[in-house]
Amino acid sequence: MVRRTVRLLISAGALTSLLGASCGADGSGSATVSGAVTVFAAASLTAAFTDIGAAFMVDRPDATVTFNFAASSELAAQIGQGAPADVFASADLNSMSKLTDAGSTATEPVVFATNLAEIIVEPGNPRGITGVADLENEEMIVVLCAPEVPCGAYAAQILENAGVTVTPKSLEENVKAVVTKVMLGEADAGIVYATDVIAAGADAAGVMIPAGINVAAEYPIAVTKEAPNREGAQAFVDFVSSDRGQRILASYGFLAP
Amino acid sequence: MSPSRHRQRKPRTRRRGTGLPVPVLALAVVAVAFFALPLIGLLWRAPWSNAWRYLTDDDALTALRLSMICSLWATGLSIVFGVPLAWLLARVEFPGRGVVRALCTLSMVLPPVVGGVALFFALGRRGIVGQYLDRWFGVTLPFTTAGVVVAQTFVAMPFLVITVEASIRQLDSRFEDASRTLGASRWYTFRRVTVPAIRPALAAGAVLAWARALGEFGATITFAGNFPGTTQTMPLAVYLALETNPEAAIVLALVLIAISFAVLVGLRDRWFGRTDQPLVTVAT
Repeated sequence: MVRRTVRLLISAGALTSLLGASCGADGSGSATVSGAVTVFAAASLTAAFTDIGAAFMVDRPDATVTFNFAASSELAAQIGQGAPADVFASADLNSMSKLTDAGSTATEPVVFATNLAEIIVEPGNPRGITGVADLENEEMIVVLCAPEVPCGAYAAQILENAGVTVTPKSLEENVKAVVTKVMLGEADAGIVYATDVIAAGADAAGVMIPAGINVAAEYPIAVTKEAPNREGAQAFVDFVSSDRGQRILASYGFLAP
Repeated sequence: MSPSRHRQRKPRTRRRGTGLPVPVLALAVVAVAFFALPLIGLLWRAPWSNAWRYLTDDDALTALRLSMICSLWATGLSIVFGVPLAWLLARVEFPGRGVVRALCTLSMVLPPVVGGVALFFALGRRGIVGQYLDRWFGVTLPFTTAGVVVAQTFVAMPFLVITVEASIRQLDSRFEDASRTLGASRWYTFRRVTVPAIRPALAAGAVLAWARALGEFGATITFAGNFPGTTQTMPLAVYLALETNPEAAIVLALVLIAISFAVLVGLRDRWFGRTDQPLVTVAT
């Protein structure tokens, strides 16, 4: 349930979008982008996109970016049900293709980042975990994402690649819930994204998963078909793929596509 | 709204009309629609042709069974601890009673996920009490069925407490005093005078608590996690099914609704349809 709607700025959004639409003709210059841009983004993008949103609004003072962070599959379902999103940034290709298949995207999805999986452990790694094989230990409290959400699908794939059978204590509904349980000391280990370990800072540590068995999550982004602010949406998508957007993503542990 | 109208309302049962002013009636109808429409929406979108397959799915049945067991346990614990708490709050004057009452009903307004995290701090492996449970008894509540019951009780008990407390407050304490002067012990008086007098409220409170426990999601998934067979209750199963199979989610949700509905309808007339009767006679 870590659905954090980060409202960076609320005021004057609707009004400026009306004004902006009337004077922005070609949509190329930054001055033409205005109004509220609502971005539905995977929970693992929370910190990076919050930063990107702030940088975007510095560039385009007339625009306000609002985020809805949740599990990609949940966001796809919400957009499918008509939620007013301008942009959808997913942590997996599956959730995105649900929307493209239904004709709910206006632009071809672009992969803007990848994210490797990592084992998250308590600070200092008190259980001395060195790799996924250690997660087999029955005495270890392991929590994973549910197979229904992307991080769970990746975890299952990694465990299969490693030939390891893990009995998790819980199948969390999003990746941040796994992080929380390890940070609070209730779980010994979990499989999350590399970016989540970085985001946890001193409250958790990471154990790398070798490239041979690891799975890189691909993050696609697209403008939605029903986007109330199509221009703003496209500008945000371009910004994410720009050098500045990519630099911010890299600082949070994302890899370039 | 005139005084004469008030007087007219007395033989209410004989009037054919509703006896309600039209604006009030209209608002009430809107309220009914507000609750009925989402349900109709679910029924409308339900995949009836596949319903049976989803219903007999092993995971669904397991989740349903777990939901029933846990919510009944939570209701039981709410009665065992909640009735004494309600009695304490209603009958015993002590400094800070208002604070204690607020404290004990806080979980009603607390976002359930926050409640779940708070339970970690109290009863988790590193919690204030939980660390000793773990160290001394090897008991850890998170990720267990007992943890589900704890989370559900945490959010459900206040519903019983406030219902029962209100009822005890309305109860004329002279009945209890009379019982005591006739030689009955405190315990006997509580059992044979107080409890029977508040039974309708107790039933209403228990049903409210049970309904709240049955639908509990946030505190459960946070504190107890989600694992089929041990902690995955029906609301959690519905939520995850929504991720991949919205059709199944709707069917599962309807089952949960049907059961709750049957209980609420069935109990209403039998138990708390007469809630006000004994209390009114006592008061007048």
